[in-house]
Amino acid sequence: MKVSIVKYNAGNVQSVLFALERIGISATVTDDKEVLTTSDKVIFPGVGEASSAMQYLKSKNLDELIVNLKQPVLGICLGMQLMCKYSEEGNTNCLGIFENHIKLFKGDIKVPQIGWNTIYDLKTNLYEGIKENEYMYFVHSYYAELSEYTIAKTNYGIEYSSSLQKNNFYAAQFHPEKSSDAGQQLLENFIKL
Amino acid sequence: MITKRIIPCLDIKDGRTVKGINFENIKDAGDPVELAIEYAKQGADELVFLDITATNEKRKTLSELVTRIAKHINIPFTVGGGISSVEDVSILLNSGADKISVNTSAVKNPQLIKDLANQFGSQCVVLAIDTKFEDNDWFVYLNGGRVKTDFKTMDWAKQAVALGAGEILLTSMNNDGTKNGFAIDITKQISEAVNVPVIASGGAGNMQHFKNIFKNGKADAALAASVFHYKEIGIPELKTYLKENNIEIRL
Repeated sequence: MKVSIVKYNAGNVQSVLFALERIGISATVTDDKEVLTTSDKVIFPGVGEASSAMQYLKSKNLDELIVNLKQPVLGICLGMQLMCKYSEEGNTNCLGIFENHIKLFKGDIKVPQIGWNTIYDLKTNLYEGIKENEYMYFVHSYYAELSEYTIAKTNYGIEYSSSLQKNNFYAAQFHPEKSSDAGQQLLENFIKL
Repeated sequence: MITKRIIPCLDIKDGRTVKGINFENIKDAGDPVELAIEYAKQGADELVFLDITATNEKRKTLSELVTRIAKHINIPFTVGGGISSVEDVSILLNSGADKISVNTSAVKNPQLIKDLANQFGSQCVVLAIDTKFEDNDWFVYLNGGRVKTDFKTMDWAKQAVALGAGEILLTSMNNDGTKNGFAIDITKQISEAVNVPVIASGGAGNMQHFKNIFKNGKADAALAASVFHYKEIGIPELKTYLKENNIEIRL
């Protein structure tokens, strides 16, 4: 099993690497086109700001590479937001794998959302063995709207997509690598896809 | 619903967990990594590691310890103590920390908060405030509670959030170590005044104290050290108790 993590300027890479190690997977952090396209699984993590991350991806031609990947891909947090069409953060045109728009949380809630929240209406094998209303760890100020690609929902002032899927592309807004046993289960499920 | 968080804090000195009363009389309390694993298993929502010697002794990185912790636990953790530059933070985040906390250095150089938020995002910048009530107001203290400033805690909290702090860790020195409960008034005031989560710290002695700081103090998270270290309160019992009291909690 060859697992690669996309190397760019917005990675929470260590945490993801360590989480994979805990389930017996030794992953490679790389921006090498050949390595990424020939991996069995690709993880696209991210903590940071959307416009600078997109700019960096474009400068390395990683934007085109990611959208053309054929194997299972898992976007995490900012990685998921970058896989959507557009983000209000820095008015950024993103990769457009999912049609969703990314919006800033508004209203009488604290922003960023930091902490454990529930996920529900779970779909696909990514959530095999994970129970409805399981808690996952979230840290984010922007959210993806609901759409036909939604495979998990969460409520924080508004109901939004905490997970998306289209063809070989999977994504989670929360951090499976920091979400205790349930997060570990999700990573194991992804590796088995 | 987002849950309230229970956060055990591990004060670190020379790579060991330690505990003092009112920041003094430091005693050994075990290996941080072992304790961290145990807390994660028991259901802690997050952990905080504070290198309490760092500011005074100018000791820089905890990066090796941070990496060991990150390898072994699957919940988020914050690292603080003596962090004074973008470079310090970069090292700790790259070692596997999820968030960092700044205290003294941010008061001395508020621009640091802005630089950190711009570089790494507000979500990983926790502003720690040590505060003490005297002369009829809450004031900010520095260097682990040794140095008084003229800054009012409320003003500093608001300024720091405007600069980009993503969370506030508020420790009341009047309450810390007393086991008489958290400082409800100032926690509530800060929590209502800023739009970022507030972690209450200092004074936990029993389970009711946690209930009170969530219900009356409007804290988003509660941090404690000795009651967890010395097993006076078990995390599973505490969380069950809070849930029974209609507080949203991850069980």
